[in-house]
Amino acid sequence: MSKAPSKVTVATVWLDGCSGCHMSLLDMDERLIEIAKAVDIVYSPLVDRKTKDYPEMVDVAIVEGAISSSEDIEKIHMIRAHSRILVALGDCAVAGNVPTMRNPYLVKDIESRAYIENVNVQPQVPDQVVPKLLPFVRPIHEVVPVDVFVQGCPPSADTIYFVLSELVAGRTPDLTQRTRPGA
Amino acid sequence: MATAVRSRIRTLKIDGRDVSAREDETILELAEENGIFIPTLCRIEGLSLVGACRLCLVEVAGMNKLVPACLTYATEGMEVFTDSERLRNYRRMILELLFSEGNHICAICVSNGKCELQALAQRLGMDHVRFANLQQERLVDMTHERFVVDRNRCILCARCVRVCDEIEWAHTWDIKGRGVDARVITDLDTPWGESDTCTSCGKCVRVCPVGAIVEKGRAVGEMAKRHDFLPHLAKMREAKK
Ligand code: SF4
Ligand code: SF4
Ligand code: FES
Repeated sequence: MSKAPSKVTVATVWLDGCSGCHMSLLDMDERLIEIAKAVDIVYSPLVDRKTKDYPEMVDVAIVEGAISSSEDIEKIHMIRAHSRILVALGDCAVAGNVPTMRNPYLVKDIESRAYIENVNVQPQVPDQVVPKLLPFVRPIHEVVPVDVFVQGCPPSADTIYFVLSELVAGRTPDLTQRTRPGA
Repeated sequence: MATAVRSRIRTLKIDGRDVSAREDETILELAEENGIFIPTLCRIEGLSLVGACRLCLVEVAGMNKLVPACLTYATEGMEVFTDSERLRNYRRMILELLFSEGNHICAICVSNGKCELQALAQRLGMDHVRFANLQQERLVDMTHERFVVDRNRCILCARCVRVCDEIEWAHTWDIKGRGVDARVITDLDTPWGESDTCTSCGKCVRVCPVGAIVEKGRAVGEMAKRHDFLPHLAKMREAKK
């Protein structure tokens, strides 16, 4: 008796992005059912999961968002160490994109704008819970190696479907003619 | 005694194909005539050639350095190669450097989907930029009544400078500074809105290949441009000289 082929384990992660890429992922509609037959989502803001810890090793990590805070840096190193293939999903992950619009400003000015100037009750810059902003927002590949770059803001559901189908089939998706920055 | 007749036709090879060219034809023109694609950004029909972008670099047998196809004339027996691993690497690197020098957040650019730089990045397979962004802050000038110049999107192709000088004969635009400090300026680096020379004709808007010189009031992806007026006007200007 043949055993059912083992599924590809996938984690999805949301760093400094707007969640639009995750929305685009859900936008695959009924194709999600087909994908679900070959893929096991083991970690994601989209699903309930038993533990909050990242698994020891996942086959594919799909990361949305740029690297903006001390927490993002820790997370991306952890994800890289525990994932076989790292996919940068969307322009924020690939290029920094909209979050980099703060780069011309000093962090202390941004914090003061957000937590002091525009606040009526107890204005103060948080020194706990909220992660510290880095001086510059950066794309993922400037921090850890990335295997697949998926441009687009957000990449279309068709593009994401193509990426997943190729990865499940054991191929590296060639995206150059399927998407572009700002697509 | 037979007089040597100087031939005006050159025969040469492009990518292994035998082709013939007029003596005043560039490799780029010849390639295009023969349906061979060479990427370009600064070249635009109807304006002088400056060789600013270097995207059109090609290999010539017997020469170590690469030459810009837009500025190199066809010579007898020349062997040109327009596509190789080396050229693909350099072209991609040039595009990545252009992206990393400025601010090219296409998702929020008025030229998104209508930009020559973006289209080329896609065509040449630039799936990410390997160089860290320089984080330069370049001045955005909104003082003109109808137009905006966002220097963060500028790729220094000098099309605006040339169209303004060669076609409109106003010479409002110039490039100031060198290397990464180079910027397009209006008049003597004074606000565009105060320019004595600008006629507000909008030709610079129409030739700018990216979202750097644009019309006010455009939202993301709305800034479509056409420059089919150029060859015709260029001919009329030539006749007037
Ligand atoms: S100018 Fe072109 S490449 Fe730059 S942000 Fe705008 S659309 Fe993108
Ligand atoms: S403003 Fe536009 S046309 Fe002028 S140099 Fe820059 S990119 Fe070229
Ligand atoms: S097109 Fe030849 S250098 Fe720009």
